[in-house]
Amino acid sequence: MRTAFISAILLILLGGFIYLASDLSFGNPAVTDMDDYFIRHGQEQCGANNIVTTVVFDYRGFDTLGEATVLFTAVLGVGIMFRKLRKGEEYEND
Amino acid sequence: MKMTKIVRSTADIFYPFCLIFGFYVVAHGHLTPGGGFQGGAVIATGAALLIVARAYEDISQRIRKNALKLCESIGLFMFLAAGLSGLFLGHPFFANWLAQAGSIFGQPVAWGPNPGDLNTAGLLPLMNIAVGIEVLGGLSIILLYMISGVKEKE
Repeated sequence: MRTAFISAILLILLGGFIYLASDLSFGNPAVTDMDDYFIRHGQEQCGANNIVTTVVFDYRGFDTLGEATVLFTAVLGVGIMFRKLRKGEEYEND
Repeated sequence: MKMTKIVRSTADIFYPFCLIFGFYVVAHGHLTPGGGFQGGAVIATGAALLIVARAYEDISQRIRKNALKLCESIGLFMFLAAGLSGLFLGHPFFANWLAQAGSIFGQPVAWGPNPGDLNTAGLLPLMNIAVGIEVLGGLSIILLYMISGVKEKE
């Protein structure tokens, strides 16, 4: 009984989501000023043929710096978690 | 845990090709799809291939943890240096001052679709290489750390 109730609610939510999503217009954005600017000026300003790289490393280089720092921090965390035990040190929950 | 000889031989043969493809993606980041992050991930996939196929004792002989740690730090440092280098020459932070300046990586680029020249785009290839070095070190060392934490059963 309870499973059927939850399933019905999920189905109704899914139907509503699909109904709402079917109303969106894909492939025809309302505002394209920024994209047009990157496509028109990317090659002459940065000299690169790959517009994605131009955006990632030049127009939004600061964002990429943060990304690289996040990766560095993640590796640091994994390194701390999986480090070797020092002499005389024991696992906390053993 | 060791895989069969077939898996080990296949991994050994595919490993250099993985590395070559990864370095190609990194080096051509400003011309073709891909870039530093993607190429570094491809190179780390080569390391993952070896890790899956072989025991940890064999891997630790061939891939050194300290070298990968160094790779990661040097990559991030190179990226920061590339970003900061403009400041000393009177440009803003992360300005692409090498692009179309005529020196290394400084050839001008025609507008519109063209086959592309490796010697263009200024700082972008340098940043791509820096990020590639960082990502290959970082992802490989995550895998190595995790495999070294697994206890082997005989």
